[in-house]
Amino acid sequence: MIQEIEIAQLRSLTDLIKTRFNYDFGNYAMSSFKRRIQRIIELYKFSSFDALVEKITTCDKKYFQDFISEITVNVTEMFRDPTFWVELRENILPNLLLDNQTISIWHAGCSSGEEVYSMAITLHELDCLDKVRIVASDVDMAILQKARDGAYSLKNMELNAKNYERAKGTLSIDKYYKEQNGKAMMDKSLVKDVIFREHNLVSDVSFGKFDLILCRNVMIYFNQSLQNNVLKVFHESLFKNSYLVVGSKESLIWCEIANKFSVVNNEEKVYKKTKE
Amino acid sequence: MIGNQYKAIVIGGSAGSFQVINKILSSLPRDFELPIVMCLHRLRHVRNGFVEALNIKSNIEIREPLDKESIKKNCIYLSPANYHLGIDIGNTFTLSTDELINNSRPSIDILLQTAAYVYRQKLVGILLSGANRDGALGMQKIAEKGGLTVIQDPKECLIDTMPSAALKVTPIDHILNTDSIIEFLLNLDRSVKSVITT
Repeated sequence: MIQEIEIAQLRSLTDLIKTRFNYDFGNYAMSSFKRRIQRIIELYKFSSFDALVEKITTCDKKYFQDFISEITVNVTEMFRDPTFWVELRENILPNLLLDNQTISIWHAGCSSGEEVYSMAITLHELDCLDKVRIVASDVDMAILQKARDGAYSLKNMELNAKNYERAKGTLSIDKYYKEQNGKAMMDKSLVKDVIFREHNLVSDVSFGKFDLILCRNVMIYFNQSLQNNVLKVFHESLFKNSYLVVGSKESLIWCEIANKFSVVNNEEKVYKKTKE
Repeated sequence: MIGNQYKAIVIGGSAGSFQVINKILSSLPRDFELPIVMCLHRLRHVRNGFVEALNIKSNIEIREPLDKESIKKNCIYLSPANYHLGIDIGNTFTLSTDELINNSRPSIDILLQTAAYVYRQKLVGILLSGANRDGALGMQKIAEKGGLTVIQDPKECLIDTMPSAALKVTPIDHILNTDSIIEFLLNLDRSVKSVITT
């Protein structure tokens, strides 16, 4: 058991990372960030916190990318919170498509892509996949490649299938993947037009306008001040009357920009931008 | 006086703890002062129903907190399904979707360890019946920071693996059956209130 990491130590580590690699973890939620660091120390078998610091002081960019992959949380599932996907299928998407010939969607912090495939499947079943431009972004380039590859563990497909049913999928999830080398290989045609791009919510600016932004269970890893900044980026990236969705236990209530959004569905945390 | 010593209570429970929790909740007065945060193992993919079931017997409304919500006096909180619930500096809740711990999300260890870090010696940790080892390291952390540790008497537990696991890794201040846990909490509340009024 390694010794407990103190906040001052974490601060010195985030300062070092910022200086060396220009990534700012200073505004991450403290207890989660601490747990990620502890996990890395155990995973890479560092003898102490200082040994990790020493490694970060001297490591190359490639090693640092691996470090980023471990720091960011990439645990997700398809159709997470099925009731949200019902709301999306029955209300949000039909509303958007009623008013627009084409629409654009941004998955901010898309991780290994389960949410992107869930979206593409939903759009396919609504027969409107070709009317939608999807951008999926993440800070971690390795995980973006995983999202592109769409090769998921077969073990997880059981849960994904259950979620899909609860989300009122109209076919069977088996239609969308093939078993290959012990993996569930997603049908690539679903994401052939999806743009996967690197984007750091902590430091990068808005890069376009969208009708719907999904950022679910990403900002829980940020402190309030960073959440405020990220929401400004989302606000700027949304057309008026378009939608922002966050995780089921996240809220905009405490955010500076809350008054520029209205609640569409409080249970599923769907918001609408009402003011520029 | 122990009254001004404590700021919060955390409770962990798993298999066999539902009846115990219900009995405790139904015995607490409506104006119970200290915040109580509960992490109970639950079905990962059923978001609704659990807090409603607990509320039937409770005198204080139990809520599942949102991320960044402030922890308030006279409130009882329950960790939501499929999230880890922790406490951050500044007396706020923090949620995460990290890997399962002890095969669970929510993990009792995460709640207890983060709470111990924030409240240090001003924390009471209570661990109830359960069939795995979750919570043992959390109780160890509470003891290490000088907080008070209580387990449900293994002899009374439907499944005693969880409190017994805690007992193996750390000294426990009180080993109590359900009625004594209730008495302990009521005494604690009285002394908290006597400090406030005097």
